[in-house]
Amino acid sequence: MTQTNSLALLHAMLRIRRIEEALAVRYAEQEMRCPMHLCIGQEAIAVGTCAVLSANDVVFGNHRAHGHYLAKGGSLNALVAELYGRSTGCCGGRGGSMHLIDLDAGFLGSTPIVGGTVPLAVGAAWAATLKNENRVSVVFFGDGCFEEGVMHESLNFAALHRLPIIFVCENNEYSVYTRLSERQPERPIYRLAEAHGMASYTGDGNDVEEVLTIAGTAINLARQGNGPQFIELHTYRWREHCGPNFDDDLNYRCETEIENGLKDCPIARFATKLKQSMPTIGAEVERFEAEIREEIALAFDFVLSSPKPSIEDARTGIYA
Amino acid sequence: MPDSSKRRLSYAQAVREGLDQAMERDPNVIVIGEGVPDPKTIFNTTAGLREKYGAKRVFDMSLAENGVTGICIGAALSGIRPVMVHQRIDFALLAMDQLVNNAAKWHYMFDGKASVPLVVRMIVGRGWGQGPQHSQSLQSMFAQVPGLKVVMPATAYDAKGMLMAAIEDDNPVIFIEHRWLHHITDAVPEKEYRVPLDRAKVLHQGTDVTVAAFSYMTMEALQAARALASQSVGVEVIDMRSVRPLDIGTVAASVRKTGRLLVADTAFKTGSIAAELISQVVESEFASLKSAPKRVASPDHPTPTSHFMANEYYPDPITIADVVLELAGIERDKIDYPRLQWELRRDGPLDVPNRNFSGPF
Repeated sequence: MTQTNSLALLHAMLRIRRIEEALAVRYAEQEMRCPMHLCIGQEAIAVGTCAVLSANDVVFGNHRAHGHYLAKGGSLNALVAELYGRSTGCCGGRGGSMHLIDLDAGFLGSTPIVGGTVPLAVGAAWAATLKNENRVSVVFFGDGCFEEGVMHESLNFAALHRLPIIFVCENNEYSVYTRLSERQPERPIYRLAEAHGMASYTGDGNDVEEVLTIAGTAINLARQGNGPQFIELHTYRWREHCGPNFDDDLNYRCETEIENGLKDCPIARFATKLKQSMPTIGAEVERFEAEIREEIALAFDFVLSSPKPSIEDARTGIYA
Repeated sequence: MPDSSKRRLSYAQAVREGLDQAMERDPNVIVIGEGVPDPKTIFNTTAGLREKYGAKRVFDMSLAENGVTGICIGAALSGIRPVMVHQRIDFALLAMDQLVNNAAKWHYMFDGKASVPLVVRMIVGRGWGQGPQHSQSLQSMFAQVPGLKVVMPATAYDAKGMLMAAIEDDNPVIFIEHRWLHHITDAVPEKEYRVPLDRAKVLHQGTDVTVAAFSYMTMEALQAARALASQSVGVEVIDMRSVRPLDIGTVAASVRKTGRLLVADTAFKTGSIAAELISQVVESEFASLKSAPKRVASPDHPTPTSHFMANEYYPDPITIADVVLELAGIERDKIDYPRLQWELRRDGPLDVPNRNFSGPF
C-alpha cells in the first residue's frame, strides 16, 4: 500500500470518529431529536471496504450507518442536517439518523429494521446483472441480522443467481445489550454463509489493512462474475447501543472486556503501525485533526442556519 | 378481419396479454413468482412468457416471500420494473415487512429521491376447500398503508388495462385478482390500453339503491341488479376497482341520487374496506342518506374447508338482493319474490366458480 493510500485510510477513520464524537457532544443540547446509533470503534470496516469500491458501486447500510454513509462519500452537511431534522437533511427531515441516503455517492439507503436492506442490496446486484451493468453491491449489517430469516433468504437467492454482491457482517457481539451467546449457538457466522454456497471470509474488523485486503479480494471476485462474497469482521461497539453515551454503568459487559475493546482502537492501531515507516505521522495526524475540526464546524454552521420543515412539508410526496 | 371491439378474452388471458405487452414495450419489466414458468403458469396468466422473453426476464422464485420482495424492491430502485406474483394472497403475509416498511415508505422517507415501481399480483382463492389459509381477502390490510396503491379489477377489460397502468406506475401497486374471476370473459381490445388506478366505474344504472362492490362481488351484484331491474327495482352497481385510493366521488354522486348504500366486499366484515367506504360516505353525504348503509361481506370467522360449511359461508346474489330490498323498504310480498329467487338461484355445486357469468360488462 502506498503512503498516500495509508494516510487516506487513516484520515477517513479519524474523520468518522471525530464527526460522531462531535455529534455525541452536541446531542446533549437536545436539538438532534432522533435515535442515533454511533459506530465509534467500528470505523475500520466501513472505511476498509469502501476504499476498494468504485464510484458507481452501491452500498446499503443499517441502523448504525453514519460510517457506511460517510465512507462511501455521503454528504456531511446532509447527514448532520438530517439529524437536526432540517429541510437540508438527506431526507428533508423525514428520516433522521436511521434513514440515510446519498444517491450521488452511491449510498442507496440505510434503514433500522434488522435485515431490512439486505435483500435490497441483493436486488441492486440482481438489477446490475439483468442490465449488464458493471457494478457491485455491498451491504453492511450486524451479527443480529444473522438471526433474521430474510438474511438467509437473501443469501440463498444471491448464491442461486451468482450475483455481484458483498455481504459485510460487522460482528460486535451485541444486539442492544444481549450478547451473541444468548442469541446464537456457538459456530462461526461466516461458515453458515459458506454453506449457502458462496466464498466466505473472516477477519479482524479493527485492522483496517486486513479489512482492505479481504474486501479487495472479495470485491474483485464479485466484479469478475464469481458470485456473492461474504465477509464476517469482528469488532467492538464502544458506546451504548443507541445514544451518545458510554453505558458501562449498566454492567452488561465486564470491565476487562470493555478495557480490551477500547484498547483495540482501529485508528490508534493503524497510526502506531504507520509510525514505524512514517516517523512524521504525528504531524500528518495533527493536520488531519485541524482539517476535520474545520469541516465539522462548517457543517454545524450550515445546519443551524438551514430552514426547518413544517407540517405542510410532511404532507407531500407519499407517492411518486 | 375480426372486429377488435368484439374480441373476447378471459380475465386470465387478459392478465397474460397485459403482461406480454408491458414486457414487449419495456425491456426492464420482469416477472417473478412461485410457479411463473411452470406447466400451470399461474392459472395460465404467465403462459408463454418464458418462451418469448427468456430466463433472464421470467423467473420462478425461491420460496422466500419476504426476501424476494425485498430483492424486487432493490431491483426496482435500480431501474427494473418487477412484477411479482403470489398464487394466494395469504402468502404475501410473509412479505409484510418488506411491503410495508420498505416498498410503501421508500419514496416518502427518502424525500422523493427514489421510488419503487413494483407490482405485486396476489390471488384471492375460493372454493374446493381452499380453507382458512388459502381464501382470505386481505385488501384492507394493504389499503391501510400510505404509499401502497391497491387495486382489484373485476373485469377482464380492467384486468389488462389496470395491470399495464400498474406496471408503468412508479409506485408499489398491490394488484389483487379473485380466483373466481379468472375464467370470466369480456370484450378486451388487442391493442395496448391503460385504465386508471383510482377510478370506480358504474356498471349498471339505477335510482333506488347504490351497490358499491369490490372484485368478485361486482359479478354477484350485477346479477342481483339485473334480476331486480326486471321487477322495477333500480340498483346502481359501482365496480370500485381501486381500494387505495377509494373513489369516493363516484359513490357519493350515486348516493346523492339513490340515498341508499350497500357495500359488497369479498373480505371479513370487521375492519373491511367496506367499513371504510361507508365511513367516508357517511362523513360527506350524511344528508343524502335515506337509511343506514349496509355491508354484505364474509362472516367474521375463518373460511371453513368442508363444502358442507363453506357453501353457506359466502354471501351470494340473493343476499345482496335481500339487503337491497330492505334498504329500499320493499316488502317481499310486493314483488314476485319467488321469481327473483329463481332467477338468482345457482344450480350445481356451489364450491366451484359460477360458469354462467360473462361480459361484456
